[in-house]
Amino acid sequence: MSWIQSFVKQAGLPRIIIGLFLLSLFVAAPFVGVSVTTSINDVLVRFGMNAVMVLAMVPMVQSGCGLNFGLPLGIIAGLLGATLSLEIGVVGLWGFVVAILLSLPFSVIFGYFYGQLLNRVKGDEMVIATYVGFSSVAFMNILWLVLPYRNPTMVWGFSGEGLRTTISVEGYWLNALNNFLSFPLGTHIKVPTGMFIFFAFMCFLMWAFFHTKTGTAMTAVGSNSEFARASGVNVDRSRTQSVILSTVLGGIGILVYQQSFGFLQLYNGPFYMAFPAVASILLGGASVHKATLLNVIIGTILFQGIVTMTPSVINSAIQTDMSEVIRIIATNGMILYALTRKSVVKS
Amino acid sequence: MGTEKSKDKIEKNVLLRCEHVGKSFFENRVLNDISFELREGEILGLVGENGAGKSTLMKILFGMSVIAQTGGYEGSVYVGEKPVKFNSPFEALEEGIGMVHQEFSLIPGFTATENILLNREITHYNFLVEAFGERLSTLNMPEMIERGGKALNTLGVDISPKMLIAEMPIGHKQFTEIAREIDRQNTKVIILDEPTAVLTETEAEILLSSLRKLAQKGIGIIFISHRLQEILEVADRIIVLRDGILVKEVEASEADVVKIAEWMVGRKMDTSVFEDKLEDKNAEVLLEVKNLWVDMPGETVRNVSFEVYKGEVLGIGGLAGQGKIGIPNGIMGLFPAGGTVKFRNTDVPLNNPRKVLNLGMAFVSEDRRGVGLLLEETLDWNISFTAMQVKEWYVKKYLGGLIKWRDDAAIKQLTSEYIKTFDIKCQGGHQLAQELSGGNQQKICLAKAFALKPELLFVSEPTRGIDVGAKKLVLDTIRRSNREFGMTVVMTSSELEELRSVCDRIMIVDEGKVAGILPATAPSTEFGLLMLGTSETHRREREIQNGKVKTK
Repeated sequence: MSWIQSFVKQAGLPRIIIGLFLLSLFVAAPFVGVSVTTSINDVLVRFGMNAVMVLAMVPMVQSGCGLNFGLPLGIIAGLLGATLSLEIGVVGLWGFVVAILLSLPFSVIFGYFYGQLLNRVKGDEMVIATYVGFSSVAFMNILWLVLPYRNPTMVWGFSGEGLRTTISVEGYWLNALNNFLSFPLGTHIKVPTGMFIFFAFMCFLMWAFFHTKTGTAMTAVGSNSEFARASGVNVDRSRTQSVILSTVLGGIGILVYQQSFGFLQLYNGPFYMAFPAVASILLGGASVHKATLLNVIIGTILFQGIVTMTPSVINSAIQTDMSEVIRIIATNGMILYALTRKSVVKS
Repeated sequence: MGTEKSKDKIEKNVLLRCEHVGKSFFENRVLNDISFELREGEILGLVGENGAGKSTLMKILFGMSVIAQTGGYEGSVYVGEKPVKFNSPFEALEEGIGMVHQEFSLIPGFTATENILLNREITHYNFLVEAFGERLSTLNMPEMIERGGKALNTLGVDISPKMLIAEMPIGHKQFTEIAREIDRQNTKVIILDEPTAVLTETEAEILLSSLRKLAQKGIGIIFISHRLQEILEVADRIIVLRDGILVKEVEASEADVVKIAEWMVGRKMDTSVFEDKLEDKNAEVLLEVKNLWVDMPGETVRNVSFEVYKGEVLGIGGLAGQGKIGIPNGIMGLFPAGGTVKFRNTDVPLNNPRKVLNLGMAFVSEDRRGVGLLLEETLDWNISFTAMQVKEWYVKKYLGGLIKWRDDAAIKQLTSEYIKTFDIKCQGGHQLAQELSGGNQQKICLAKAFALKPELLFVSEPTRGIDVGAKKLVLDTIRRSNREFGMTVVMTSSELEELRSVCDRIMIVDEGKVAGILPATAPSTEFGLLMLGTSETHRREREIQNGKVKTK
């Protein structure tokens, strides 16, 4: 009995419930005519697609800036990198690398100003961040139309200017990471090795960063900013660094997502991208001011598992489209749960 | 009145009895096995140092919710012969126990009468009562004012029952609070927690005589005060608390100020009194402070100049809120400050904690949980963090210093060294700081400062909220690091005796200014005079102000 109790305490009740729910979906799948192997393939791919964006939550949480609801800002930097890469016309893995490199100056600059703003609203970061995300999307809606892109695969066919709402990356760097070293497992599963290696590399960089002097200072700032200040740490600078880091990872995250998804989604595409990432890391057991790499991995698997399985299994079972409803309940419910827990954890 | 007050005590009924009452806040024991009785018409004086447990005891008797929230108390309380366990002040009021708090619980926008009769208003009937119930009956103001005036008259003060609380001088507010307790029909016991602290001397006199009047009516009074003279004057019996233990219960006629003071302080400090006091007039000046001001809420420093000599322990004392805490906080750059500070003859930039730490100063904050510790991190981090950030110790450098890698092995070693030397009770460096008791947390704070190997160490309230054993160890450590390793120390404390035992010189701060600096060997009365020196003039000013208010 006691080991069960300690396991429940360690893993946390929400994770166990969601985990069991996911397991039951897999068990039920064959009975409603859904292939388990295909589902597993979907979960693996979707995990790889989203994991880096979930990882982008970690620096800001650790520095006490809360969850990065302003992730769309990073995503926009990533989209700028992606469209510029397409405009130049580099193909294959190099096209992907060029997209990342081109997104970096944007995400660093955006992150810097975003960080400056968050330093002025200490205590209300998450509310402000949400609106930074929303308004930056609206602002970019104008820019996507007027920026002088010329690549015919990207601009509206009839006018020859203004970017389309969705742009295919086929022929450029579709599946650039997915196909790298990928191997089949049975008939229906194709492991996206490149994406996993890339995510592991990002995790390693993150792990290493938090083992440096600067990373240690960032964690201390999040844990007790007064302590950090009394220890000679420049709190504002440390927070800005974390915001830049989150924004950069958001940009890289959306590129990983798009090379697998196959399309760039501009205009209102980034609008709600922050919420699944926020829900994932919370589901993984992170709180508003502490997050680990393990939270990222577990949370992404659980969340993407639910999102993948509910449409196929539940739709087949009850013959109506309940999937979207369940997904929304899971996403927003998880955010709600974790945010209300904040005050308890603090004391 | 002194002649008849101790007569006929035995026959009178017991109003309130405590048996073996104890209380601890988490791991911190504040009360231990307290037993006493309060009889009808008796005034019981309760004295003890700061933190002796007086306020906690009163909170238990009045059923304040903090007690229940922190796990209740041990032992039992009887009102008359009836055992009670109050969960809220309302239950205590029901049983006839009233309390006058240190902080006022009055509504500023209401008149004295409205405050006195709050929730016990005298009402008229009107037709709305039929429809909506008692809550809509009209107030009978003339009768209420008469009754409020009567309650105030019982106290013998001249306060208009129609005066707004917001317009009253502080002493009158205190009287209004007491009047409210008197007005309750069933009040048997009134607890007064330092009621005279805010009163002028004449007002205090009036209050004391009104307390005697109340006692004659059969009400039992528990009177807490730091002014021993008052206690001796008004109380029938005196009980003395020290570190949560009832050390003495005595008839007032058998006590005097000196005896009470001895009981209060006890011998707890004797063990760590250091006799060798430094008196080297030619010592090198290490720190020079000129015209320092610090904007720290509640501890404003207005204009302070002093010098710290190399190798000494300088104490900073003074009453709470007079600015002594603000001095180290300002120099260390934690609160906005101005003025000139020179360390080893180089200018110290203010408002910049990093630069100050780099110069070789370190600070143990009085706000242990707020500033001193990373509660949610390990002891390893807590002890090594500042040294890592400021001195770049416990950091391995790769790629020509581009990557500064945290050296966890070296940190672990450092922590285990300090755990051993400071005798920190914990499971090891991997434990979280929030899991330790107050005393051990304080040792972690000291270890953090020592890990910087500072030339000058500021220590603020190092013994606040920790038990006697830990106190001695902390003070010994400070003293040893000074004498054996030559670390210059500036120690701030509210407890004068503690300063006198550890320090070489003591500076008393009053109203944000230096009232004087004396060698620690000076008699305590001189320090007392310094502490009260300017506040006497302040009090006179206030009395004049009060006069103005009265004539309005």
